[in-house]
Amino acid sequence: MFRRLTEASGPALTVEIDGMRVPAQEGDTVAAAMLASDHVVARTSAVSGTARAPFCMMGVCFDCLVTIDGVGNRQACMTAVRQGMRIDTGRGKRQYGQ
Amino acid sequence: MTAALHESYDVAIVGAGPAGLAAASFCARAGLNTVLLDEQARPGGQIYRAITASPLQPDTVLGADYWEGRALVREALASGAHYVPGATVWGLLREGEVAVAVAGRAHLIAAKHVILATGAMERPFPIPGWTLPGVMTAGGAQILLKSSGLVPRGRTVLAGCGPLLWLIAWQYLNAGVRLEAVLDTAARASWSRALRHAAGFAASPYLAKGLRMMLAVRRELNVIGSIAALEAEGDGKLEAVTYRTSSGRAQRIGADALLLHQGVVPNVNLSLSAGVAHAWNDAQLCFFPLVDAYGASNVPRLAIAGDGAGIAGAQAAEARGQLAAIAVIRALRPQVQMGGQEQTARALLRRFERGRAFLDSLFRPRPQFRRPQGETVVCRCEEITAKQIADTVALGCPGPNQMKAFLRCGMGPCQGRFCGLTVTELMAHARGVAPQEIGYYRLRPPVKPITLGEIAGLPTNDAAVRAVARE
Repeated sequence: MFRRLTEASGPALTVEIDGMRVPAQEGDTVAAAMLASDHVVARTSAVSGTARAPFCMMGVCFDCLVTIDGVGNRQACMTAVRQGMRIDTGRGKRQYGQ
Repeated sequence: MTAALHESYDVAIVGAGPAGLAAASFCARAGLNTVLLDEQARPGGQIYRAITASPLQPDTVLGADYWEGRALVREALASGAHYVPGATVWGLLREGEVAVAVAGRAHLIAAKHVILATGAMERPFPIPGWTLPGVMTAGGAQILLKSSGLVPRGRTVLAGCGPLLWLIAWQYLNAGVRLEAVLDTAARASWSRALRHAAGFAASPYLAKGLRMMLAVRRELNVIGSIAALEAEGDGKLEAVTYRTSSGRAQRIGADALLLHQGVVPNVNLSLSAGVAHAWNDAQLCFFPLVDAYGASNVPRLAIAGDGAGIAGAQAAEARGQLAAIAVIRALRPQVQMGGQEQTARALLRRFERGRAFLDSLFRPRPQFRRPQGETVVCRCEEITAKQIADTVALGCPGPNQMKAFLRCGMGPCQGRFCGLTVTELMAHARGVAPQEIGYYRLRPPVKPITLGEIAGLPTNDAAVRAVARE
C-alpha cells in the first residue's frame, strides 16, 4: 500500500510476518513495515470478523493489534521493529486454548 | 533511554510534543527536578514526529515549519530534564501520583506538579466503509511519511477538510506523489461565514503559507469541492471511493488508498480520567479541559498545555507549555524571575492564536460527516452502527454512559477515543439538546491497556499493602 521515498538511511532489517520474511528499516514501526510490504491487514475484528488495517498510526485506534514475539494485542504502530521480530496478524477474538 | 526513573520529581510532564518539550525546558532550566514522559520512541509529538530520525532530508518535502521543531527538541534534551521515551502514562491516581509503564514495567511516580501535554488526535470521520483496509487517517499517512519516508503506492484519494489536509496534499506534491483526487468536504458557505473573522486571519502567520499551499495543490491536483456525501467501497479491502457534490454530481473513483481528515481534537482521556472539568466548544466541536491563562485546571497542581487544552497549533502549544511551566516554577521556586519569559510567551501565543476563529469557521466539518446514519459504523471496536445508537436513544437512553450498558459502544480497546465525539453529537441531535448536556464517556484509569504482569510487578511498600490487604 506504501512505498519508500528514500533508499535505506539506516541498517536494513528482516522481520517475519505470518511466517514470511519481510525487509524493514531501522526506525520503522511494525505497522510501517507491514504497510511497506503489502501486509496491510493487521487482524480481523472481534465482533464481525472483518479485516482491519493500521488506521491512525499514533496509538489511538487499536485497529493494528498484532501478536509480536508471542505476545498478543500489541499495537503495531507503537512498537519499533527489531531484527528477527516475529509478527503474527490476528484472527478475531482469542480462541480457547491459545 | 536514560537513567532509571526516580520515585519522585518536582514536576512530571506527559507528552514530548511542542508543549511538553517547551515546558520541560523551562522547568529544568529553573532548577526543577523534571521528568518528561512520552509514549513515542522519539521526541517531537505528532507535529514534529521523528524529527531526530526522519529518513527524509531537510529539503522541500515536509516544509520548513516541520524542521523548525529541531531547536525545540535540542533545547529540551539539553535542559537537564529526565526524558523517558516509550513511557505510557496510564493514569493519574492519587494526587500527584503518575502511573506509567516503561519497557514492560509499571511504575508509580510522585510529582509535586503535573503538566499534561497530550496533544491532539484526528477527529472521527465516520463514513460508510471507513473501517476497510486501505482507508486510513491522513494524519496517519503523514506519520508514515515523516517517520519512515513512506508514501502511498497505488491510486490514492485524499478527502476531508482542514489545514492538515492541504499540508499533506502539498507534501505529497513535493514528493512527486500523484493523487487521483482531493475531495474537499468543506461547505461553500463556510467561506462567507469565515470571512467575518478575516480581519484576525489577515494578521495570522499562517495566512501566506496556507494560501500558497492551497494554490499549489489546486493548480497541480484534481481538487473537487463541495463534497456532500462520501463512501468507501470494497469487499475486504478498499476498491473505490464514491462521492456526490452539493450540486448532485455523483462519481465513483477506483482507489487503493483513501486518506481521511476533518481536523484534529484534543486528546482528553487522561485529563478526563483525572477529574478535570471539561466543556463543549461549539466552534471546534469537541470537549476541552477548562483551564486558566497558565493551563491550571480545577484539580490542584494539574495543568494542561498545548492542543490537549484546545486546538491552536504547534507554536501556540509551545507558548502554552512555557506558561504552564512558569506557573509551576513560581509555585516551587518563587525566587526565580520569570517575568520576561512570560511576556515573550504571551506575545507568541497572541500572534499564533490570531486567525484561529477563521480557520475553525472555514474548516468546520459538515454535519453529515459528523453525524452518520443507518448502517455506518460509529464505534469501530464494538462495531456499533449509527442506527443502533438512534434506536437506543429512542428507547429512552439518556447519555453515552448508559448507552454502554445497551450496546458496549465505547467499551472496546480504543476506550471510546474514536467514537466518543460522534456518540455525543448523535445523541445531542436526536434528543434536541446541546452536546454539553449529553456529556462524554466517564473515563477511568488505566486509560491505556497495561498487562496484569505490569501491575503485579509494581513495587510494594507498607502503604501499598495496607491499601489492598483485608484484615
